[in-house]
Amino acid sequence: MAAVATVPESAPGPVAPRPRRVRFWRGAVLGVAALYFLVPMAVSFWFTVHTEGKGISLGVYGRILSAPGFLPSLLVSLGLAAATIVTVLLLTLPAMLAVRLGAPRLGPVLEVVATLPLVVPPITYVVGIGTALRGGTEALAATPFWATMIAIQSERFPVVLVLAYVVLTLPFVYRSLDAGLRVIDVRTLVEAARNLGASWPHVMLRVIVPNIRSAIAGASFLTLALVLGEYTVAALLGYQTFPVWIVTVSGNDGQLSVALSVISLLLIWLLLLTVSGAGRKRS
Amino acid sequence: MTTTDAGTAVRGGGRARTGSWPAALPLLAFMALAFGIPALALLLGAFTVRDPQTRLSSFSTANVVESLRGAYLTTLLSSVRLSALVAVAGAVLGTLLAQAVVTSRFRALRESVLTASGVLANFGGVPLAFIWIATLGNSGVVTTALGLGSGVLYNFWGLALVYMYFSVPLMVLVVTPALDGLRPQWREAAHNSGATTWQFWRHVGVPVLTPALLGGVVLLFGGAFAAYATAAAMVGSTVPLVTLQIADALTGDVLIGHENIALALSLDMIVIAVLVMAVYLPLQRRSSRWLR
Repeated sequence: MAAVATVPESAPGPVAPRPRRVRFWRGAVLGVAALYFLVPMAVSFWFTVHTEGKGISLGVYGRILSAPGFLPSLLVSLGLAAATIVTVLLLTLPAMLAVRLGAPRLGPVLEVVATLPLVVPPITYVVGIGTALRGGTEALAATPFWATMIAIQSERFPVVLVLAYVVLTLPFVYRSLDAGLRVIDVRTLVEAARNLGASWPHVMLRVIVPNIRSAIAGASFLTLALVLGEYTVAALLGYQTFPVWIVTVSGNDGQLSVALSVISLLLIWLLLLTVSGAGRKRS
Repeated sequence: MTTTDAGTAVRGGGRARTGSWPAALPLLAFMALAFGIPALALLLGAFTVRDPQTRLSSFSTANVVESLRGAYLTTLLSSVRLSALVAVAGAVLGTLLAQAVVTSRFRALRESVLTASGVLANFGGVPLAFIWIATLGNSGVVTTALGLGSGVLYNFWGLALVYMYFSVPLMVLVVTPALDGLRPQWREAAHNSGATTWQFWRHVGVPVLTPALLGGVVLLFGGAFAAYATAAAMVGSTVPLVTLQIADALTGDVLIGHENIALALSLDMIVIAVLVMAVYLPLQRRSSRWLR
């Protein structure tokens, strides 16, 4: 109401004296920004389709599919992403519900735990993992745990990467789920469902999850984007995930490397549009 | 009234049903394992020196001291300088862009800039390097078209230019809610009380925005400081950066007796990141007070 009342008053005032000056600097800022952000994108696309003397062709995008190692590395990365999403959700969601249902004192603890990975740059985390794996493999060589140490470092499905990715995505998943849970009244929903005789799995899957569907979707897509783009951890631990493959395969083929970069930009765009689409449907 | 009701309800509920905390155990156990063990290994390793002759390990601060001297110190300072430059310039330009969008009458402009910012803030790593190499690299399209010569991109300033590509959008995302939080009514109140535009910004706008701005600077600093893949794909090791140095020390040849220098350098990085976060978190809490 107050806002509506102020509109007619303020409208004639600022409209007359301000626009030209304001519009000029705004136009300048937007113009420079457009130049800086759009030129590399447009140029990169041009770079991939245009070859000196051969004209324009989309051939390089077809070459991606036939490049050696494309499918295996993509499948490894997708598998890692799926395992990471499932693990991080299964770990985080119950803990966050516990805080809301009966252990509010756990809240600050959880917040600190979920923020810690932000403080640690991925490369230092890799250094830590590498050291722990080397030390662990030496120390556990004579014990039954040795097989476990070998298994989590498997070439075909490196569980150790899933562990690392869960840690690295935890802050984002936590933020996303926290925002989702903040909007609904968890206590009332759970108590109502429990009083009506619903079992705990039923409460989780039929009451809580549908109510925070967009938050879960957002968290999942962020995780997917992060895992599909993550280079540092995988490269330094020596695994051939999709981003690592991109670097290997495109080392001596400039056009192919740029084509893959354009594709990855499009992929992030698509993922984030899906996230915001999921968010809009609920609200 | 509602707050006291909610308060008692939560406290009462906490006493009545303390049985839910075990649901948090898997997460805490997981973090102790997957985060705690590497962190501990890093810390112990950074303070351990192995004698090359006797192969005996001993506790020592030699690695850490070494990592803060000579060439190692140079890379550390170079990283800090690059991150600080990217953070400050990115914050200023991001805020200008956000303000241009927030004050615009076109909703579509605002929507598209914010969506694009969301995408570009997440666009980093190797692909970012390749896109800029295609643009300004030695045989890049713009380099050739403008006749810029080689080596424009492969230095400190080139790296800063590339890092801005994800830093400015990140700043737009951080500062837009704060700029939205500056109610038009405040400006009107200031103007009606006779304040000039400058006075409004000096006494109302900037103080309200400060926590968000500083928080954004810190976030940008952290992002640039931790970045590795872009720099590795773009400049190799022509620009001294601590992340590149750590990767070199991990994979390549290190002087005997200095195996743990990568761990010590990592520890230095974490200390800097912790200091930076210690500034950020309280600020974020303060800024959220104004932005409901």
